[in-house]
Amino acid sequence: MKKSFGGPAIFLDRSDINTDEIIPAKYLTEVTKEALQPYCLEDLKLEGFDPKGKKLHKAKVVVSRQNFGCGSSREHAPWVFEVNDIHTIIAESYARIFRQNMFNGGMLAIELPKADLDRLFALDAEGNVEIAVDLEGQKMKARTGGKEESFSFEISPFDKALVQAGGWVEFADARY
Amino acid sequence: MGKTIAEKIFDAHLRDEPFAGTKVLDLDRVLCHEITTPVAIADLVWRDKDRVFDNTRIKAVIDHVTPSKDSKTATQAKILRDWARRHEIKDFFDVGRNGVCHAIFPEKGYIRPGFTAIMGDSHTCTHGAFGAFAAGVGTTDLEVGILKGVCAFREPKTIRVNLAGSLPAGVYAKDVILFVIGQLGVNGATDRVIEFRGPVVEAMSMEARMTLCNMAIEAGGTCGICLPDMVTVDYLWPFIESEYADKEAALADFRKWHSDEDAAYDRVLDFDVSKLDPQVTYGFKPDCVKPVAEMAGTPVDQIYIGTCTNGRLEDLRQAAEVLKGRKIADTVRGIVSPATPKIFNDALAEGIIQIFMDAGFCVTNPTCGACLGMSNGVLAEGEACASTSNRNFNGRMGKGGMVHLMSPTTAAATAIQGVIADARSL
Repeated sequence: MKKSFGGPAIFLDRSDINTDEIIPAKYLTEVTKEALQPYCLEDLKLEGFDPKGKKLHKAKVVVSRQNFGCGSSREHAPWVFEVNDIHTIIAESYARIFRQNMFNGGMLAIELPKADLDRLFALDAEGNVEIAVDLEGQKMKARTGGKEESFSFEISPFDKALVQAGGWVEFADARY
Repeated sequence: MGKTIAEKIFDAHLRDEPFAGTKVLDLDRVLCHEITTPVAIADLVWRDKDRVFDNTRIKAVIDHVTPSKDSKTATQAKILRDWARRHEIKDFFDVGRNGVCHAIFPEKGYIRPGFTAIMGDSHTCTHGAFGAFAAGVGTTDLEVGILKGVCAFREPKTIRVNLAGSLPAGVYAKDVILFVIGQLGVNGATDRVIEFRGPVVEAMSMEARMTLCNMAIEAGGTCGICLPDMVTVDYLWPFIESEYADKEAALADFRKWHSDEDAAYDRVLDFDVSKLDPQVTYGFKPDCVKPVAEMAGTPVDQIYIGTCTNGRLEDLRQAAEVLKGRKIADTVRGIVSPATPKIFNDALAEGIIQIFMDAGFCVTNPTCGACLGMSNGVLAEGEACASTSNRNFNGRMGKGGMVHLMSPTTAAATAIQGVIADARSL
C-alpha cells in the first residue's frame, strides 16, 4: 500500500540509535506488526524524550543523526514506526539493513548532509516542527511558527521506485 | 581493472540491474529462523502467494527461543514448522536437532565459496568466512527471497583489512575483530564488504574465520569475507568430495573467486596483530573497545559463553583450557551454550562439558539464548555480563543490563576471578 509522508516531527539528537532501542528483542515474539504499536522506542534513553509522551504520539516524522537503525536486521524496527504512522525518517546516515527495510516497506529514509540537518535541528528549538515532503521533486520544507526552511535531498532511483511501487514485494512481483 | 571476490560473486549471480548501481542477485541460499520468518510467511499467505522458489535452497532452523518458552514463541515455531512441512523443506532443524543458525548451517556444509546467501538475521555476514557473499536482511527481503530467489544490493564496495604478523598466545580471532571494529567505528563499513586478508587469516581455522566475519556487521559491514583456501576445502571436504577428483582440484576451482591482484578497494587498512592484547568492550557500542588490562577488575554478575560468534568447539576448548581444575567465583553465575548438537556432543566426548560443570557452569541446550535477552540468561537492572557474543547495546541482554564483549578465554578467566581478568595473568 502506498504511504503518505511528512507531518509533525520529533527530534532525537543522538547518533547510532539502534534497533534494540527502537524495539526491544523481547517484543519480537509478536507475529503481527500491529501488536508492536505500544513499544516504539521504549528503550531509548535520551534527555527530554519520553517514549510514552505526546510528542512521539503526535509525530509522523523522526529526525536523527548518524547511523540510525544500527544493529539487528529486525524489520520490526521500521514496522513499529509504520504502525505509529511514522513513515518518514530523516537522518545524516543509516545502517544498511534498516535503510533497505524502510524502502522495502514503501517508506522513506531521507539522508541529509550534516549542515542541512543542523539547520533542521535549529528549528526544533523554536517550537513544534511540521515537515512537508515532495518525493517527486526530492524537496522538503520544515515549518515552525513563522519560520520556514527548504531542503533538497538525494534518493537512489531504485529506492524511489520502491517507495512509488509501495515496497519491494510489489516491485519484485511485477518484475521477476 | 581486476575484481574483488565480492564483485566476482555479484557478476556470477546478476539477474537484473533495474537502475544503475542496483544489482539484483540470484540466491544460492535463503536461510530462515523462527523470529523473522513467520511474518514473511504470514504475508505470503495473505497475498495468496504461499510458494517457495526452491525448497532445496531454503534452509530453516528454530534457534532464538528453543524449546519454546511461552505461547507466543510456540506459535512462531509452529508457523515455521508447518511452513517447512507444507513446502517439503527437508533441511529444517527442530528441537533436539537444532542449533544457532550461523553455526549449524556451515556445519552442514550448506555454504560454499562463491555462493550468495541471505537471512533475516544481521549476523548472516558470518558465512563470508567460506568466500561467500552472505548478508543479513529484513523480513521483506527474506519474503522476496523465499518467493523469487532474488535480492537487491548496491554495488559492492570493499574495505580490505590486511592482518599481518602472527597472533600472540592467548589472543584470538575475537580480539582481532573487536580491535578492527574499534578502529573502523560502528558505521565505518556501512554499505561495504570487509575482506579479511593476510597471514593471520590464512593461519586461522574456519571457526576463527567465522568469528572474524560474524562481527563485520558491528562495523556496519554488509558482509565479512575471506578467500577460500585449503582450510576451506578441508572443512567442506565431506560435503564436496563427490564433486572433485581430489582436494587440489577443489582448491583450484575455489581459487577462481579470489580477488585479483589489481582489484580496486574503497579503503585498505593494515594491522600488525603480533603485539595485540585481548580486547574487551566498555559502554554500549561494539566499537567501545579497550585492552583487557584497562578493564581488569570490573565486576560482572554473569558469564555467557556461546552464540554465533563464539559457541563453536574451538571456542569451548579455549575456555575449558582456562577453566580446567578451577571453580568460578561465588559472586558470578556461568552459562555455556554449545552452538549446535554436534558441538555439544563433541564437547561431551572430549570432556569439555565436564570441565564446565565442574567449574560451576550451567550448560544449556544449543540456542541464541542470553545474547539478545529473549529466552534464558536475561540480566536484571544494573547487572553486567561478560559475554562471548557480538552486541553490547543498552538493554540487549535485559533492560538496564550491561554487556562486555570478549573472547571465550577472557570470559573464562573473568568467571574464575569474578571480575574482568586477563587469562594470561591467572
